[in-house]
Amino acid sequence: MNIHEYQAKSLLRDFGVAVPEGVLATTPEEAERAASELGGVIVVKAQIHAGGRGKGGGIKVVKSPAEAKQAAQDMLGMTLVTPQTGREGKRVRKVYVEAGSDIARELYLAVLLDRENENFAVIASTEGGMEIEIVAEKTPEKILTVNADPNVGLAPYQIRQLGFGLGLDAPQVKKLEVFVKGLYRLFVEKDASLAEINPLVVTSEGELVALDGKLNFDDNALYRHPDSASMRDPDEEDPRERAANEIDLAYVGLDGDIGCMVNGAGLAMATLDMIQVCGGSPANFLDAGGGADKEKVKEAFKLILRDEKVKAILVNIFGGIVRCDLIAEGVIAAAKDLGITVPLVVRLQGTKAKEGRKILAESDLDITSAETLIEAGEMAVAAAAGTH
Amino acid sequence: MAILCDRNTKLLVQGMGRMGSFHAKLSLEYGTQVVGGVAPGKGGSEIEGIPIFDTVALAVEATGANASVIFVPPPGAADAILEAADAGLDLAVCITEGIPAIDMARAKSAMRASSMRLVGPNCPGLVTPEQCRIGIMPAQITKPGPVGVISRSGTLTYEAVDQLSRLGIGQSTCVGIGGDSVIGTTFIDALALFEADPETKGIVMIGEIGGSAEENAAEFIQSNMKTPVTAFIAGQNAPPGKRMGHAGAIISGGKGKASDKIAALNRAGVPVAESPGVIGKTFADHVPGLAR
Repeated sequence: MNIHEYQAKSLLRDFGVAVPEGVLATTPEEAERAASELGGVIVVKAQIHAGGRGKGGGIKVVKSPAEAKQAAQDMLGMTLVTPQTGREGKRVRKVYVEAGSDIARELYLAVLLDRENENFAVIASTEGGMEIEIVAEKTPEKILTVNADPNVGLAPYQIRQLGFGLGLDAPQVKKLEVFVKGLYRLFVEKDASLAEINPLVVTSEGELVALDGKLNFDDNALYRHPDSASMRDPDEEDPRERAANEIDLAYVGLDGDIGCMVNGAGLAMATLDMIQVCGGSPANFLDAGGGADKEKVKEAFKLILRDEKVKAILVNIFGGIVRCDLIAEGVIAAAKDLGITVPLVVRLQGTKAKEGRKILAESDLDITSAETLIEAGEMAVAAAAGTH
Repeated sequence: MAILCDRNTKLLVQGMGRMGSFHAKLSLEYGTQVVGGVAPGKGGSEIEGIPIFDTVALAVEATGANASVIFVPPPGAADAILEAADAGLDLAVCITEGIPAIDMARAKSAMRASSMRLVGPNCPGLVTPEQCRIGIMPAQITKPGPVGVISRSGTLTYEAVDQLSRLGIGQSTCVGIGGDSVIGTTFIDALALFEADPETKGIVMIGEIGGSAEENAAEFIQSNMKTPVTAFIAGQNAPPGKRMGHAGAIISGGKGKASDKIAALNRAGVPVAESPGVIGKTFADHVPGLAR
């Protein structure tokens, strides 16, 4: 789960990481008031769940409360397109009004779960303010990494390695210690999967300040962090993905026209691949879960049908423990209840698949039954093209 | 022969709730020696005819169990893994989906002092056909034979096994290694076990987007393996930044793409099925003569 910059900064502050003073505003008047309270040079920053905001006009440096008001007026309600939002962009509903910082150097700092080493990595770079992936690709020597054993934690010498490696002087390295310790503690205590500060600014007075902050939380750990879970901003999520989340289905919206319902994440990904190989384009990823039942099937259909692009639906169930005959009954019941009008291709395999296919064949609904994965892909693509 | 489990495996079930009890019964019916269950506070009782113990240590003492399957819900699952390791088991297979990554990173670090092998979490388990079933796989689709199957997925594993079985190609052991970011047994671990098994004549490996386990496996295959391997990588069209069901199935920071994994495997001489519909056929074409 992602949160906004203003929320991340509030958490950073709680963990002793220095951030500039700032106030959240949802109207131009609030922004103006915030700017006059803060005084001096002000930065107005659009709050959306995507980076690269400066490139799309989502970050403005202003010199007076009146200018802050104008900047907020321009941003609020606009659709901000950045390299990370995709073409459709994201609507700006809030701005963060922040005291400007006097920047001498821009660095990069992050704590993340290192999958390969199965521990936590602290990454630092002299190339702050740039996308770290690009730095890693073009100038990997400019990335410093130390790894911490999750049961031992991060040692002070590791932070010194990073600090002197970044070219900081001794007093700054002391400050970095406080900074990194706070960030690391936040990462662990809040079950983050990424805690990133980019840029980490060294001011001309030699102070360290987190100019931007990005936090991702481990979805699997949200059950023990209701405070983090409450930071979820539904406006930032695809409404279908949000609805799926509420009924415990894994759903990802895509651009194509073939709706998919599959049991199991791996098979669901593979089903999308099958459709593409057959020349079609999937409308979504949907994992109805290993224990898909009648009710789940109906909910999944509802979700798929919310997408108006869908011209055909492919149901692909490999019955392991799930019985295909029960799934077939569920598909028929849902198709009737929901009055599904788009062509339906159903592929049942595994436990009681024959019985399931018989039930489908005997129904009075227009359901095409497939046996193999290849058949299912071909039939779904033909159905979406209207040639079945 | 087989890897990880066979007819001599004596299995405990940690977490005898609805799912644990149900699958314990199916495993028993398949012929697996399910010798005990662990449910704190229920020691001395029986579920599905299986004696229940309060702790893994007590269960091991009473039954001589050497393996365990874990169905404990996420908040207690890492603890259950550590309890299994501490009791001196050789193998724990964790089925639980949704364990916080930090819990798993800590458990794996703590387990370095133990000799127990962990498979999973968030996996369907293991089947050695006609000998032993650990976890939730539908054992009826398997068929004894010479091919090892390793997969990060559940139902896609069944799909691959089913395709092989329909071509008359049986399996030595089917291993679901799990779809999380931090897992016990990796592709490389399982590949090494199959390489050392004289009865495994070929391997089908099913990967997916996220992480770099497939790239690492490709390197390992090239330098260390004689047994032929074919593969499939799921998620060739997955958008970046989206978690595709499994916690570990996400392309982030330009890493974990299917195309990179396929290229790495091809460079290592591993044929990769062009579609999930031809996983079995790709193997049969590359390693002929194993059908019967």
